[in-house]
Amino acid sequence: MTGMTTPSGLVLPRYPRPGAEALTPVGFPDYRSTASRAPLLAPVDLPQRLTEVTGPLLGEGRVTAADADLTRQHEGEPQGQRIIVHGRVLDGDGRPVPDTLVEIWQANAGGRYRHVVDNWPSPLDPNFTGLGRTITDGQGRYRFTTIKPGAYPWGNHHNAWRPAHIHFSLFGRAFTQRLVTQMYFPDDPLFFQDPIFGAIPGSARHLAISRFDYEQTQDNWALAFSWDIVLRGSGQTPFESDDDGDVA
Amino acid sequence: MSARTTPSATVGPYLAIGLTWDDGPSAVEPGTPGAIWLRGRVLDGAGEVVPDAMVETWQADPDGRFDHPDDPRGARARPGFRGFGRSHTDSGEYAVCTLKPGRVPDGEGGLQAPHVDVSVFARGLLDRVVTRIYFADEAEANAEDPVLRSVPADRRGTLIAQPTDDGYRLDIRLQGDGETVFFAL
Ligand SMILES: [Fe+3]
Repeated sequence: MTGMTTPSGLVLPRYPRPGAEALTPVGFPDYRSTASRAPLLAPVDLPQRLTEVTGPLLGEGRVTAADADLTRQHEGEPQGQRIIVHGRVLDGDGRPVPDTLVEIWQANAGGRYRHVVDNWPSPLDPNFTGLGRTITDGQGRYRFTTIKPGAYPWGNHHNAWRPAHIHFSLFGRAFTQRLVTQMYFPDDPLFFQDPIFGAIPGSARHLAISRFDYEQTQDNWALAFSWDIVLRGSGQTPFESDDDGDVA
Repeated sequence: MSARTTPSATVGPYLAIGLTWDDGPSAVEPGTPGAIWLRGRVLDGAGEVVPDAMVETWQADPDGRFDHPDDPRGARARPGFRGFGRSHTDSGEYAVCTLKPGRVPDGEGGLQAPHVDVSVFARGLLDRVVTRIYFADEAEANAEDPVLRSVPADRRGTLIAQPTDDGYRLDIRLQGDGETVFFAL
């Protein structure tokens, strides 16, 4: 971590803001719900101080080993294609982020969420809740067993369907690194009409798509997808940030 | 080796499935000596209550210390105090039970006023929005706080919580008249 020495001698890590080409805008006109919710005024710059470079270190006690297997949270097994979703949590300098909480939630195989607001005509699965939690290991790795979520309609525009996705929430080690995002699957035919995917700057969209991982596929058991998540880093090599070939 | 930051996405309408903790709103157990409730509504541009938002808070303890190794003064844990709160707004408002933070060095030789860093997530927000809660009964500290001073004077009030019976109250207006000041980190 590069440090920043403040005039009073406090040495703090710093987490420079990525450029606009890396950031999803808060509001996006094609995503209808943003119209009345996204702020209209420009945000005020907040130079990072102690409160921003620290953050909750939530680990032990938040999760059990069983929380990482979404197919074993009920008496029977859920319907759908069993998959392994795994990868590493890194910071923008390529360093692993160990011991950090990863929370996921998703729809069932038919694209239905176990939530009162979701009532589109696809059945709930009594054996699937759609909630997973884990803590990254010493190398920043995480691993979930789940089922592949289905696409679902959502009324944003005529015949609007969300591409299959898993919601992810991560803390890292600093308030500045907090990230809530969605992981997609390769070659989804629904990307073209989805404003939530489309709001991501074009050069960064591939970073939200997992990779099919035949090596981790388990014979007679499960397909596998790999996805690395990169939280904000200390930006030691900002001029190389256009090079995306180094994230496995 | 640098790596490109993963882009954010909205938390969507179904956040409660994944992000609900029984003890989410308790940065300290309710009933702890000195415990206060921070409460408020989240409002949209039409002035309507946003019932599907999540508000998260992060703050120093009453001595202005963090339980975190990157605090150059050393990590200091305070038993029973998590520093972090997470509240949904399904009841019409957020509510976090915590201790009032102390003053934290501003890195320029002075002290910041007591403050709480806040993230708001919701359907319709493709990234979180970040704001701060300050306290109306800290007028002297607020007057010298470098972050408050960086905010146009006529908008500072959007960051200042008012005392109530059991703590403080501050509404967060996402958009429109009296729009809350949000920060770019
Ligand atoms: Fe979703």
